[in-house]
Amino acid sequence: MEKLLSGNEAVARGVYEHGGEFASAYPGTPSTEILETIGRYFKDDVYAEWSINEKVALEAAVGASWGGARSLAAMKHVGVNVAADPLMTLSYTGVGAGLILISADDPSLHSSQNEQDNRYYAKFAQIPMLEPADSQESLDMIKDAFEISEQFDTPVLFRMTTRISHSKGLVKIGERRTVEHKGFERNIPKYVMVPANAHVRHKIVIERLEKLRAYAETSPHNKIEWGDKKVGIISGSVAYQYAKEVMPHASHLKLGFSYPIPMNMIMDFARQVERLYVVEELEPFYEEQILAAGIPCEGKKWFSNYMELNVERIRDGFIEAGVLPKSAAIEKQAEESVLPRPPVLCPGCSHRGVMIALKKLGVFAMSDIGCYALAALPPLETLDTCHCMGASVSHAFGVEKAKKTKKKTVALLGDSTFLHSGITALANVVYNRGTQVTIIVDNRTTAMTGGQDHPGTSRTLMGEKTSAIDLVQLCKALGVEHVRTIDPYNLEETLSVLKEEIERDAPSVVITTRPCMLFPTKVKGKPLYVVLEKCTACGACFRIGCPAISFSPEKNEKGRPKSQIDVELCTGCTLCEQVCPEEAIEEIKKA
Amino acid sequence: MKNGTTNILIVGVGGQGVLLASEILCEVAKLLGLDAKKSEVHGMSQRGGVVTSHVRFGKKVYSPLIPLGEADVILAFEIAEALRWVHYLKPGGTLIASDQKVIPPITTTGKFSYPEDVEGKIRARAPKTKVIQAYDIAKKLGNARLVNTILVGVLSQEIDLEESKWLQVVERMAPKGTGEINKKAFLEGRAIK
Repeated sequence: MEKLLSGNEAVARGVYEHGGEFASAYPGTPSTEILETIGRYFKDDVYAEWSINEKVALEAAVGASWGGARSLAAMKHVGVNVAADPLMTLSYTGVGAGLILISADDPSLHSSQNEQDNRYYAKFAQIPMLEPADSQESLDMIKDAFEISEQFDTPVLFRMTTRISHSKGLVKIGERRTVEHKGFERNIPKYVMVPANAHVRHKIVIERLEKLRAYAETSPHNKIEWGDKKVGIISGSVAYQYAKEVMPHASHLKLGFSYPIPMNMIMDFARQVERLYVVEELEPFYEEQILAAGIPCEGKKWFSNYMELNVERIRDGFIEAGVLPKSAAIEKQAEESVLPRPPVLCPGCSHRGVMIALKKLGVFAMSDIGCYALAALPPLETLDTCHCMGASVSHAFGVEKAKKTKKKTVALLGDSTFLHSGITALANVVYNRGTQVTIIVDNRTTAMTGGQDHPGTSRTLMGEKTSAIDLVQLCKALGVEHVRTIDPYNLEETLSVLKEEIERDAPSVVITTRPCMLFPTKVKGKPLYVVLEKCTACGACFRIGCPAISFSPEKNEKGRPKSQIDVELCTGCTLCEQVCPEEAIEEIKKA
Repeated sequence: MKNGTTNILIVGVGGQGVLLASEILCEVAKLLGLDAKKSEVHGMSQRGGVVTSHVRFGKKVYSPLIPLGEADVILAFEIAEALRWVHYLKPGGTLIASDQKVIPPITTTGKFSYPEDVEGKIRARAPKTKVIQAYDIAKKLGNARLVNTILVGVLSQEIDLEESKWLQVVERMAPKGTGEINKKAFLEGRAIK
């Protein structure tokens, strides 16, 4: 049977079909749907969880693997940085049952803070890597990844990209098959990485890599499609699809098992073609290795490492390289200039009140990864940083300790981000006598990635009830004496509490108490409207950046447009009513 | 449509049902016994941003993205979005757009304004343009969210597949409890000359 599946759905299906029994992840675009799919469709056979962060997700999967379950940990590229500590030593200890680490990279940073190329982690950790090029391979390669992991006693890096994760294609699906494994067994030389054991394991890693090098030459996922031998192209992942479309008649070497790279196969291919090109997205990962082996090839010279590739860029590269004639270029039509539509905080978003208050208070706000980062864009422009998970707390702390900045600095992050990486940072603030305010905009969900549960929501990924972390008690237990909650829809209260805490010469935490507008259920209150006779077109309501507020066709005496509110979009949060100096915004009353 | 790969670019803004429309088209391709791929980006784009879905079907599809200037059809749920993406249309391609305007909040900063005479600008570049009063039709049917299915109905005139098969797919893919009204919306679109 064939089904239309995204790469992420195909991976989930692959884990189910090939006997996976444990899967963990922290949500992150473009990887999120892997665990969502397992949790929704396969939870009777595959245990699935949202872990508190990627390090914990990988460590839990390692335990499950040692405990005898075929396991998977999935994360976005920057998540692997968080999990890098267990990963590097996992290479030494190896696995029990098969263990796969999914890294979903984001070339063109559609939803990320950088476009790092995680293929280097395979080389860094000296572990094998598979790179699917479409949804079918995303399913099929899971089988091989489990088998390679067990055969060579190694974790396998399974590297996807946004276009593999989020493109859909037809996939042949099959039945579930399980594999028997024993539970955890004591094996001190393998699992206890004190120096005396670890140096022995390092030797094993080096030997394993040589065995994997030989295996790479035989992997069915590395294949040559012979065509015209004037031009040979080495590619992998989605770049293969683009290269094949642009150069259908050339010879192609497609890498699927791409670390260790099958150098003999490449050498043989190189010998038989006149000119050799490497087409890969982001960094010259294959190219560097091929050049280091003394094989002449060209890659990044024509196909930049900046942003994702596509058919046009590869066609242009081959034209510039003189492989395709100038006439192959498609006449590019000029783009029309159309106004931008930057993503914005939703109507009624529970973060907006805090942003309005911070703007009024004129402080620096070190911020974090989440929807609230959108408040750094116009018209709110009220946040000063967005860097990596949980960093806001330590960034604010460091600015204070540097003692050069006169303006007060606060930290602002969400509930899921705080649980992920903010707790230790806050403990550090208290321990080292920082005095900042840390604002936790607690909307009880992981909103930006589509509303996933976390340890503060009292529900697991598989839909079970569980205990919820009480953020107030947690912060107090860390040693913060002044922990206060505020209603972010009450602007006066929000302003006065923040003002008091900013002036306080001791660390404090302010926590908001309103849920996300979208997740887990859409919130819709009584909509407001603008009394046009009272509206003076001062623009105060426009400056809160609410998508429900727009220009009215009616103008004031100077020709400036008054405002109007879309009843469908308005959730009745009343923030616009509170900032309106003319009292021109009211609740719609039924006639 | 011509042999080879058929490329349909669906564009709109968050919440307009771009993804459902592209799912329907892929299922139709499957019924036609063709290979199909589609690609879109999730995440930030859901917060009121621009949404696109690339749908491709044919004997064998490689790239999941439609190359620039190779879209056979652009299906736009918002008229300025049709203008934004019109350069993806191949020469002589068809553009089907809802006349609906979604004005983004950034206009209230006074730094950007919604473009004027959008339809005229589109027609100057894409002579085969159909502008559909899809929002009005959807509201008459009682649900503004039917714009996507109405436009898929208009598009269906260009693809060689029996009406009954289209209706099967629309019914199966529509959100729970909306099968009948979506079929009605599809037929309204299919009847527009």
